[in-house]
Amino acid sequence: MRTSICDIVVVGVGGQGVILLSNMIGKAAVKAGYSVRGAETHGMAQRGGSVVNHIRLGCEFGPMVPVGGADVLLAFEPAEALRHAHFLSRDGIVLVNINPILPTTVTTGKARYPALAEILTPLQGLCADIKSIDATELAFKAGNPRTMNVVMLGALSKFIPLREEELIKSLSDSVPAKFLEVNRRAFELGKREVEL
Amino acid sequence: MKEYLLGNAAIARAIIEAGACVVTGYPGTPASEIVEYVAPFSSKYDIHVEWSVNEKAALEVAIGASWAGVRAVAVMKHVGLNVAADPFMTLAYTGVKGGLVVCVSDDPFCHSSQNEQDSRCYARFACVPCLDPADPREARDMCSYAFELSEELELPVLLRPTTRVSHASADVEMGRIEGDRAKAKFLKDPARWVMLPAHARPRHSMLLDKQDAIKTALANVPWNRFVLRGDIGVIASGIAGLYAEEALKQLEVDVSVLRIGTFPPPEGLCSEFLVHVTKVMVIEELEPVLEDYVERLARTYNPDIEILGKRTGHIPREGELDTFIVRNAIADMTAQQSEVVLSLKEAEEILPPRPPSLCPGCSHRATYYAMKKVFGKDAIFPSDIGCYTLAVRMGTIDTCLCMGASITVASGIRFADEERDICCSIGDSTFLHTGLPGLLNAAYNKANITVTVLDNSTTAMTGHQPHPGTGFTASGDETKAVSIEAIAKVLGADFVETVDPYDVNATIECFQMAKDHQGLSVVIAKQLCEITARKTGISRKPYRVNKENCTGCKKCVEFGCPAIEFEEGCARINSLCTGCGVCAQICTSKAIEVLE
Repeated sequence: MRTSICDIVVVGVGGQGVILLSNMIGKAAVKAGYSVRGAETHGMAQRGGSVVNHIRLGCEFGPMVPVGGADVLLAFEPAEALRHAHFLSRDGIVLVNINPILPTTVTTGKARYPALAEILTPLQGLCADIKSIDATELAFKAGNPRTMNVVMLGALSKFIPLREEELIKSLSDSVPAKFLEVNRRAFELGKREVEL
Repeated sequence: MKEYLLGNAAIARAIIEAGACVVTGYPGTPASEIVEYVAPFSSKYDIHVEWSVNEKAALEVAIGASWAGVRAVAVMKHVGLNVAADPFMTLAYTGVKGGLVVCVSDDPFCHSSQNEQDSRCYARFACVPCLDPADPREARDMCSYAFELSEELELPVLLRPTTRVSHASADVEMGRIEGDRAKAKFLKDPARWVMLPAHARPRHSMLLDKQDAIKTALANVPWNRFVLRGDIGVIASGIAGLYAEEALKQLEVDVSVLRIGTFPPPEGLCSEFLVHVTKVMVIEELEPVLEDYVERLARTYNPDIEILGKRTGHIPREGELDTFIVRNAIADMTAQQSEVVLSLKEAEEILPPRPPSLCPGCSHRATYYAMKKVFGKDAIFPSDIGCYTLAVRMGTIDTCLCMGASITVASGIRFADEERDICCSIGDSTFLHTGLPGLLNAAYNKANITVTVLDNSTTAMTGHQPHPGTGFTASGDETKAVSIEAIAKVLGADFVETVDPYDVNATIECFQMAKDHQGLSVVIAKQLCEITARKTGISRKPYRVNKENCTGCKKCVEFGCPAIEFEEGCARINSLCTGCGVCAQICTSKAIEVLE
């Protein structure tokens, strides 16, 4: 039996704006009348480490999406998508930014970063669909590389039970007014990317 | 009105709504945001909000306020309560006047901690009540109630959220902020406030006598409740209750549930539940506090009952629980199929580890580079708690025990007659927290060691809180900025030098002098935290690698800055470069230059 209406897991690397984005979704969901539960990564793990946030819409239980239960895995970085793939439901989907961020274990030559195909192939067997998005490039196109997370939010908007205007409102409340235009462009580009 | 609030924000909101007059704490994940959320309200509601120098100071300041008759809160992480344990234990004897809530966030799984101790044990040890919230809403409601309970019993109340409550978010109803605040008046009462042996003995008896009053007060709170179904049951405390409820809904099994939110647990409710079931699983994170209680109670009410939990190996005693673990435990008990995690082993094997690391441009990396150059890899490097502990891969972190232990552990290694060089390191906030007595001890007892204070002028790891060296208080007011150099001198170190770690040669020279110095030497490596620098608008020109000069020796790569990569036989500097310039000084081929 389902224990939430929609379970989202957002993963990335410390500094990519995972927490900020999760909060935008959470706030929009509360405005839309859902009971919402979320869990965040703070503290030590944030220093360039692997970050995982959970958002549960229409849920009255714990803040973490149970293993095997995520309807959407929103990944800001490909290796992190695979690292957290155990959260995915068989019927779930993955939205993944295909631009790697190399960990220091790789830059210092102690480990190897796998080719994109090596990451995406095992993911394919685990879920219903994967949408690969060049979100970093789209953020550049929108006018600011730091809006990568908002590109991903735009893409996510097509797969969760929240209306676009609710998410845009939350976005407007979360970013300084002078950055709103570039963020709205980023949202739109992300959304269009998954409509094709 | 409902808002999407972090658990810590929900607790902070309750603190403000309850009319607390004094709010203190020392930063520590997962508790830090509570004081930070209250701080902006300090002038509007006349709340004294402070970052104390350590948790003992925080609790004692809050105690003073409570004894003067106003509501007060001390906030800390679980290990902070060890530092504050001295006042905490005797506070139970004296009791309180104004409601006093000691808010201690536990960190099962050590997400950001050196251990995962269970603060409920402290409450039991001190004989004071403890509230164990399951989520941000309960945390908020329990915090409001904790002030009332504290005043009713004249005892401190321990509020114990965990990481998954403090750093969980939920839709939380906002309450009204009380306008009226109690007026402080300290009433002299030596038999109560002066814990001489003659006063302490009767106060201990009174504390023991109060235990029944605690039980009566907690008998009917809404966070203890059950649903009776089949004759198999689950008893769960705090957040484990939510995991159990979700697991039961997923499994669709007919199991009775008792949820517990208070310690001591309610005897009436528990005994009624135990009589109803023949087999019960006790589910809680960390120590078997509830399980031991249930075991004891069962001897009286239902000696034949089968009790499953940590003692039987059904529930782990370490790490954090989640719905998956709890669901499998319950499935096992009810003879259902356990769920298996998708096997991702092969996929995971190809993934490079991504441990947290020092930021690009972090001055700690530069300090450790120079330290290692001078002291060599055979020297002993005791260290401490902060961002810099992440430098463990540089080989300059040999120990990390608890706040302030670097200098004292270094002293002990020296006094054991270890002959090699010893150079310990401690951050500025940690030095001011509990490093001072350690340095004084080292000077007094003539420890021949080098102490390095990594001074980035903030409490970086927990989110950049101010401390006495910064010149600002928790609410952003200007205050006296103490000099770490002056403190080190006055505590008895006769070699004290401050150096900019971005200047590699000067730092190496400084460490060399400290090493050559016979006796206690202190090196203060002072440079702003890179995150603070960026936020305050300091920007430096980034660097690039001139491929013609690069020999591919990897000296810069081995330095370990995330801004330096290596491809096609050459180093490359990526967009993360902050322009600290340290790698350009390390390069022996003059291949790294400012990107104009």
